This record gives sequence, C-alpha cells and structure tokens, in this order.
Amino acid sequence: MKLHEYQSKAVLKAAGLPVPPSIMVKTAGEVEAALAKIGMTTGLVKAQAHTGGRGKAGGVKFFKSVEEAKTLSEQIIGMNLVTKQTGEEGILVEAALLEAPSNIATELYVAVTIDRALGAPVVMISQEGGMEIEEVAEATPEKILKQYPPIDTGVSAELAAEGAAFLGLTGKQATDYADVIVKLFNVFVDGDCNLLEINPLVVTEEGDLAILDCKYDIDDNANFRQMETGGDPESGLNAAEIEATKWGMSYIQLDGNIGCMVNGAGLAMATMDIIKEVGQEPANFLDVGGSATEEAVAKAFELITSDKKVEAILVNIFGGIMKCDIIANGVVAAVKKVGLNVPLVVRLEGTNVKEGQEIINNCGLNIISATTMADGATKVAATIK
Amino acid sequence: MAILINENTKLITQGITGKAGLFHSQQCRAYGTNVVGGVNPKKAGTEVDGFPVFGSVKEAIDKTGANATMIFVPPPFAGAAIIEAAEAGIELIVAITEGIPVMDMAKVKKTLEKYNSILLGPNCPGLVTSGVSKIGIAPGAIHAKGRIGVVSRSGTLTYEAVNQTTANGLGQTTAVGIGGDPIHGLDHIDIVKMFNEDPETEGIVLIGEIGGSGEELAAEYIKAHVKKPVAAFIAGQTAPKGKRMGHAGAIIEGNAGTAESKMEALEDAGCYVAKTAADIGDKMMEAMKAAGLA
Repeated sequence: MKLHEYQSKAVLKAAGLPVPPSIMVKTAGEVEAALAKIGMTTGLVKAQAHTGGRGKAGGVKFFKSVEEAKTLSEQIIGMNLVTKQTGEEGILVEAALLEAPSNIATELYVAVTIDRALGAPVVMISQEGGMEIEEVAEATPEKILKQYPPIDTGVSAELAAEGAAFLGLTGKQATDYADVIVKLFNVFVDGDCNLLEINPLVVTEEGDLAILDCKYDIDDNANFRQMETGGDPESGLNAAEIEATKWGMSYIQLDGNIGCMVNGAGLAMATMDIIKEVGQEPANFLDVGGSATEEAVAKAFELITSDKKVEAILVNIFGGIMKCDIIANGVVAAVKKVGLNVPLVVRLEGTNVKEGQEIINNCGLNIISATTMADGATKVAATIK
Repeated sequence: MAILINENTKLITQGITGKAGLFHSQQCRAYGTNVVGGVNPKKAGTEVDGFPVFGSVKEAIDKTGANATMIFVPPPFAGAAIIEAAEAGIELIVAITEGIPVMDMAKVKKTLEKYNSILLGPNCPGLVTSGVSKIGIAPGAIHAKGRIGVVSRSGTLTYEAVNQTTANGLGQTTAVGIGGDPIHGLDHIDIVKMFNEDPETEGIVLIGEIGGSGEELAAEYIKAHVKKPVAAFIAGQTAPKGKRMGHAGAIIEGNAGTAESKMEALEDAGCYVAKTAADIGDKMMEAMKAAGLA
C-alpha cells in the first residue's frame, strides 16, 4: 500500500528525520485552527493524492496568509488532480498538507528500494534532485550512485561518507547526511517498504537538510504489520477489486471485452495473452487462487459479469489441487444465480477433468465446453461478431 | 538422476499439522516420496496420520535423517521457519507459503549466505521428479517419466507445460516451480544449469513472466553454455505497467521486466519461444526435432 505524504512524513518525523513543520487538513474549515496550532501563517498547501507531478498540475500552492490558505485549501481539497502520472481520468484529492516553506539552495535525490537481482536493499542517490529519476538513469546513469548496505547492520559510516561526498556535501552537512541516510535505511527496513524515495532532499539557504517530498510504498505482503502508519490497503482499488481480495482472489479490471477467470497468476496472464492473440482484448486479470471454494468461484463470476464491457467469458482452469468438478459446480451455481447474458466458454484440465466436463455438459445451460487453452480462446473469439 | 530430488530424498513438512500441510504431505507420500515426519513445536511427540511430529527441524533430522523440508508455515512465521531449517543443516528447503513479506525474504537471503542449504521458493508449487518423488503441491498424475526438464515461476503454467509434454510423449525428468516472489531462492539460471549438467535431461522448457530479470540472466547463460534444445514462454505480454499481476514479483517497473524484452533475450539465445501457453509442448517438440532428438 502507498502512504500519503502526511502519513509518511509522520513516520519520518518519529524516526528523527528532518521534515518541515506541517499539519494535515481534510476540509478548508479546519485550516484556521490547524495553522494556529502549529503557529504558521505562510507556507504551502499540498494536495494529498497518490501521484507525482502535483506541483505542475496545480496541486501545490503557496500562501501568505491564513485567509489565502483557506481559499487555496477550498480549491485543492476535492479537486480532480490530473498529472502526467494519473492520465486523463485524474485522481481525487481528499486532504491537504499545510507545510512551512523552505528556502531551497540545492535539491538532492535519495531513495531506498529492493534490488531484485540481488535480493537486497539498494540505496540510490543523485545530485539531480527534483527530476524524474528514471530519466536521469537513462540519460546520465553516472549521476546516480548505488550502494548496498547489509540489511542486518544498515548503513556504515564509510557508506554514509561516500554518499555525502558523491552528493557534494561537506562539513556539517555531510554529518547531517550520515544521520539522515542511516535513519532512512532503518525506516525502509522496519517499515517493510518496496520503495522509500525522498525527492527532493534539500539543502536550505540556512545550510540545513530537509525532506520536502516523499514516496512511501509498503510491500502488500507486510500490510498486516504496518497498519499503524494509517495507510489504506484498499486505496487505489475499485469496489470489485476490493471484493475480490476479501475472497482471497486477485482481480484487476482492464479495458477489454473478454472476461476471464483463471487459477494461478501465471496462467491468468497467459490467458489474457491468448485472448489478445485471437484478436480480442482481456477485460480483466482474475486469479481465483489455488484453493477456491464453490462460493468463491460464484463470487468471481459475479465480479466478471458486473463489468458492462464484458461481451463473453472464458474460464480457464488447470485443476491441480483445485478439482475441476468443484470449479464446474461453482460455475453452474453462479450462472443459475446471476444469470447469463453473454456467451461462456469453459476450459477445464487436470484433476477430475472428466467429472467437471460432465457437470458442464449436463447442466442444461448454454455453456460452451473447450478442451485445450487454444480451443477455449478460439471458441470465445468466435462468439464475438 | 534428474535434479534436486530422487529416491534418496527424505522429506519433512514444517507446518504438518495445518490443513494444507497435512493434505500435501499425504499427497507427496501417495506419489512415492519418502515423507518421514513433520515439525510443530506445540505438538511435538504426537503423530498425525502416521507422520511423527517433532519439536524442531534439528530433532527431525537427528531422528529420521531427513534431507529435505517443505514449508507450509503461515507468512508471518515462514521466514523464521526457513532460517531454522538452514541452521539445522537440511540440504533442500522448499517454501510453499505465499505472501511472505519481502523484507523477511531479504533477511532470509542474507542469513542463508552462511549455510549450505538450497532454497526453492517461496510462493512456489515445489518440484516433481517424474515417477519418483514430489515435494509441494503439483498434481502428480499429469507427470510422466521422460526427457524434458521444466522450470517455471508460475504453478499452473508449470502444469500446462508438464501436461503438454506428457501428451506429446516427451515426458519430464524434473519439473521445478521457482515461485513468483521478487526475492526467492533458486532462480531460472540455477535450474537451467542443473538441467544442462543432468545426463537424463535432453531438452528444457523455461517459463517466465513479467518482472525482474531472471529470464534474461538465464538467456545469457543458455546462449553461452547450453547445447540442449530449449523451448520458452513468457506470460504477461498484455499486462499493464505498474500493476501487480497476482504474484508479488509480477510487475513491470518503468520499462524493465517486460515480456517483450525477455522474449527477445530468449530468442537471441536460440530458444524456441512459444507465442502462447498453448504452444509450449509443440515448440519443445520442434526444438527436439531440430536437434535430432525426436
């Protein structure tokens, strides 16, 4: 799950990292009291939404009075923020962060993420703060330094010094940087992050380091022990996707016309691919998991049919542990319950395949049976005019 | 021969008293695996369906001579279970558990540097040496003793490849699911090396998916070292960027880890790359024929 800026800054502040004074508001009505509480009259109103590029999209504004902060908060909270990252549909802003201004002298980039090839955390730093780091990595990779602190012992004094030198920091700032990177790395590990990105880390005119913006992305597998961050595991998911997770299934809605229901993530992706190969577009990714019950199968079926773009459905199950007859019963029960307004092709293979196919063939419903994956894909494509 | 497991494999199950742990221990035993017991500290000294339950992996090894373990321990405790197995000196650890936090696996990876154990998984279906031994959750019945080594990140795609190579008569030596998590033990390249060195394995099926760079690394190795015919398939050609496709590791980050780049690398390495999962068996047969092996 992704944390909002105000949530991640609370975590960083608690870890002793330098974040400017700030306070979160959910309505413009809260602004006056909030500013009074932290004694601030000038600063920034920052839209809280899971996207980068907020400033350019009008999601970050400067205020010089409490009145102005109220007006700007009124505009920003509830706005649909359209950034380079969100695409045309944009993203709803549900809160704003009121933050003290910083006098920026230099912008730096610092991030910690997982290097998958090595299976270990990697620190990435650059003097090109405020930029899209992917662009820096592509155009001028020599401007990024990668360091690999051991996960059990963290950032050593040597690594911190090397990093400070690479960033052009000396004296007090180098000492401050060592403190920042040690603590950031610990937050990354203890916080179960996939990515902890500080962009920018600034050196102020006064010579201090400050964390101005932060991307804090938590490994979904670890959500269960990171709930005190205030993060919302359901953020960014639609109603159907949330419903699916309750049933132990993984569902992602896409833009195509063929709904699909598959067991196993790899086979689910391969099924999407073969749908494309026969000239159609997948309407979703849906992995019903390895041990789905009849009820879960029925639920999956409801999710697919609730998508109005779906013109036909392909069920592709390789029964291993999950038996084909169970799947067949689930499909038949679901069709009887929710009705069938679009063609349905069912391909079953594996454990109890004969029993499963008999159930499909004898159910009296208009379900098309398929033998192989290719057969299923061809048959589902043939139902589309 | 085959790889990793054979008739000398003695298996224990960590988490044998759970529903899934017990069921799959029974299934492995039914396939012919020598399952010598299980571990649950709270139920040490008891027995479950003929399997003795031990208090620790160490105790299980001392009393049974176990040399392999499969792990069904729930995600929050699975990392510690893997480390316990490694510390006890077991040779092969197969972690079936899905949903282990990535940071736990990063710690496991670091810790395993100190030990000799081999880790397969987590979030994997395990492995089967056809007709001999099975560790994990794959359906045994679709496997047939034969000449092809199968390696895959995905469980059900492994079954597809196994089923297709059984149907066209090639059969398998060993089929290995390495798992879909970003940090895991044995990788494509490790298994490909083992198949390359295994005299029984004549051809290799490699199945990958979007995310990471394991398939590209395997492709480099194949190009340089593998003379045996290789068929390959990559799932996720139509997957959108930035979305986690079920597996924690199946995500295209930026422009890295796309199906396209992986397929190109494999083709460049001389692999027969299947366009769809339905063609894996045919591609393997084509490659075998081209090599004069079928």
